[in-house]
Amino acid sequence: MSINQSFLVLLISAAVLNGTPLLFGTVGEILSEKAGNLNLGVEGMMYMGGALGLGAAFYYEQAAGGSANGIVAVVLAILFAFLAGAFGALIYAFLTISLRANQNVTGLALAIFGTGAGQFIGEYMRVSAGGYVAISNALKDVFANSPFPAALRGLPVVGPLIFGYNIFVYVGVIIAVAMAWFLTRSRAGLHLRSVGESPATADAAGINITRYKYLATVIGGGISAIGGMVYIMTIAGCVWNHEGLSGEGWLAVALVIFCLWRPLNAIWGSVLFGALMILYMRLQLPFIPSQLYKILPYVVTVIVLVAVSMRKKRENQPPASLGNAYFREDR
Amino acid sequence: MTALETVHAIELRGITKRFGAKVVANDHIDLALDRGEILSLLGENGSGKTTLMNMLSGIYLPDEGEILMEGKPIAIRSPKDAYDHGIGMIHQHYKLVDVFTAAENIVLGLHDGKKLDRKEIARKVREISDKYGFGIDPDKKIYDMSVSEKQTVEIVKVLYRGADILILDEPTAVLTPQETDRLFDILRAMKADGKAIVIITHKLHEVMAISDKVAVLRKGKYIGTVNTAETDPQKLTEMMVGHAVSLNIDRPEAKYHDLRLEVKGLNCLGSDGVPALTDVSFQAMGGEILGIAGIAGSGQKELLEAIAGLQKAESGHIFYYPPHPKSDIAGKHVPVDKAGEELVGKTPTQIQKIGVSLAFVPEDRLGMGLVGGMGMVDNMMLKTYKEHPGPFVDRKPPKALAEKLIDELEIVTPGVNTPVRRLSGGNVQKVLVGREIASSPTVLMTAYPVRGLDINSSYTIYRLLNEQKMKGVAVLMVGEDLDVLLELCDRILVLCGGRVSGVVDGRTATKEEVGLLMTHVGGGKEAEDHA
Repeated sequence: MSINQSFLVLLISAAVLNGTPLLFGTVGEILSEKAGNLNLGVEGMMYMGGALGLGAAFYYEQAAGGSANGIVAVVLAILFAFLAGAFGALIYAFLTISLRANQNVTGLALAIFGTGAGQFIGEYMRVSAGGYVAISNALKDVFANSPFPAALRGLPVVGPLIFGYNIFVYVGVIIAVAMAWFLTRSRAGLHLRSVGESPATADAAGINITRYKYLATVIGGGISAIGGMVYIMTIAGCVWNHEGLSGEGWLAVALVIFCLWRPLNAIWGSVLFGALMILYMRLQLPFIPSQLYKILPYVVTVIVLVAVSMRKKRENQPPASLGNAYFREDR
Repeated sequence: MTALETVHAIELRGITKRFGAKVVANDHIDLALDRGEILSLLGENGSGKTTLMNMLSGIYLPDEGEILMEGKPIAIRSPKDAYDHGIGMIHQHYKLVDVFTAAENIVLGLHDGKKLDRKEIARKVREISDKYGFGIDPDKKIYDMSVSEKQTVEIVKVLYRGADILILDEPTAVLTPQETDRLFDILRAMKADGKAIVIITHKLHEVMAISDKVAVLRKGKYIGTVNTAETDPQKLTEMMVGHAVSLNIDRPEAKYHDLRLEVKGLNCLGSDGVPALTDVSFQAMGGEILGIAGIAGSGQKELLEAIAGLQKAESGHIFYYPPHPKSDIAGKHVPVDKAGEELVGKTPTQIQKIGVSLAFVPEDRLGMGLVGGMGMVDNMMLKTYKEHPGPFVDRKPPKALAEKLIDELEIVTPGVNTPVRRLSGGNVQKVLVGREIASSPTVLMTAYPVRGLDINSSYTIYRLLNEQKMKGVAVLMVGEDLDVLLELCDRILVLCGGRVSGVVDGRTATKEEVGLLMTHVGGGKEAEDHA
């Protein structure tokens, strides 16, 4: 057995694959929460992104027939998943930012709405396509296989661990790194964080609160929704699988807390959560039902919350104004 | 505009702002401000000073009226507009992001470049800091800063944006006298630099010390502007309040004193586990106001909380002597002969039932005692809900009480159900103290009851405390202003480092005497020995 087939290498690469949908969900939600919007609708947005992403690739291939281009399909899937999530987040943004509705209630409503909408679209496509939505194997390969040449993929250890993933893993990491740079190194990022920390301060400094909140929520929602598409197009094998997608969005919300609202932490955090999610398939212990494994990510999140709360370091706290609506003339 | 009229840096004409249908915060205000001048905006709490300045800084929009800059009408729709016109406001509650550094806060909202060049920003901040002598560290986090440092950051923030019209909202409310002097030096340096400065305040001696002109507001109306050199505190007070006010505090003599509270050898630990009170013994009499003086953090808070049962006593006794049921206000006095009741070990609820009431006014007025999001009626009910067990609440008595307080204490509010956090600071304080008094306590404890209050409100509070004293209540009052304590209190207990440093008679003691007791246990006898 080659080293590339060893237990640890297989476990890590599987963890990365399973963590990638979470990485998108988490980085998007971090952007939204850093602007003070606790969008609990990630689950719903990921469903919508999954359904529309699959639909975009499927109908593109239907239309283009044999001349369908893999890259175009990937770009379309990303675009439509993003638009689906952005649309869901826009509803949320309008309700919570313009109408100042309660963020928790609105987020839960979006989770329920998005789940239903995603299921409806997914099922509709399945039924109208004759019971089975499937794209050709050639296209599937573009979604599921590594974009790197075989020579790189075949390298011992680094091959599978660095070059062996599908394209979305790399896109996800790039987005997370870019998000980290944006939040800490750019003016706009500073402004966005100030909106989430103290909107009154940001307002007095002449920052357009409404604009930042809308943009952060809508773009964040779009990024989150790409995670749903990534799940459907890679892990679920380009087939509408509502059961598999279920719970991913909630895990992403937990992961936001786990990684202390930092996109760079989300990279390794998503790998860890990915590992915890698949551990029951790889490491079976007697007398321990697999359901117990599935609560592990949440247990880890609780432990991190306890540890962080005990240390009381100010930088590790959630954005101070998270969950609050802002109204300038309210005293 | 005729040619004879001078052009002012800023001129307000007929500015009006309403909150809701009933409250007119600003009623057709006219005001002018020139460069190289410090203007004091004087007025009681709730007179609309902050509201008016918030319209200059773009937080509020005026309902009527116009703002002229150098003679030309301008529109200030947002704080950004204000900055663009060179107007910067330093708010009473600092608008800073706690987890950001000083430099990050200073550049917040600016758009010179997409990238955050921390080195360049730090350099510019140091430049301004050196010019006016601020001495701030650009990389220090706000949550690590003292109040005075935070204020400095606010000022630098405004200057960094090139503001030449500065508005400071009660800048000295939280500063020590030394810090205030430094601030005034900075303000004078900026005035010499040709900046126009507005300082909102209600402290008359500061008005006299720093400003060139004084504009007075009363109940949302503009009363007038006078040159500081041509006026005095008495005249200003009359403009502010609308009638002649005696600046002397009454100290009526109660008909009788009897022992109400006796503290014996009380020891308490502070929240950090260090002794906060050591061997504290004293007596408080009914029919007297006992002042408690001391440097901040000398155990005042712990002492009041120990009596109220909120703070665990390590050892010692607190005895309570209830007034004889046959004694009354009219002067019929039956001395107490009963043995005292031990308060140590009782729960706060039991102690409250006995009639010991704590009206604690913390730095943040809403922090303790009132729920900001609830109206006056609900806040009244917080104190009485235990008296009426059962699943339903009767809102009539608390509503009547709320209306009575509004009437008697002249509380300005749109209605009894308006959330109290929407009231101005002085009104919130009146609600708090008024409610405590309404429960007709036999011991009334207050801490900093006039903190942040203007003259008229302060005198209302003094009057309320005196009324309680004349009813035979033992009043304990922790204060910061020694002049007030010496004028109002019958006796003053001085704490120094958690010990009783001395008890002096308010009628004969001098400020210097109390000041010495505050810093040396026993009134500086040791200090004299050394000398």
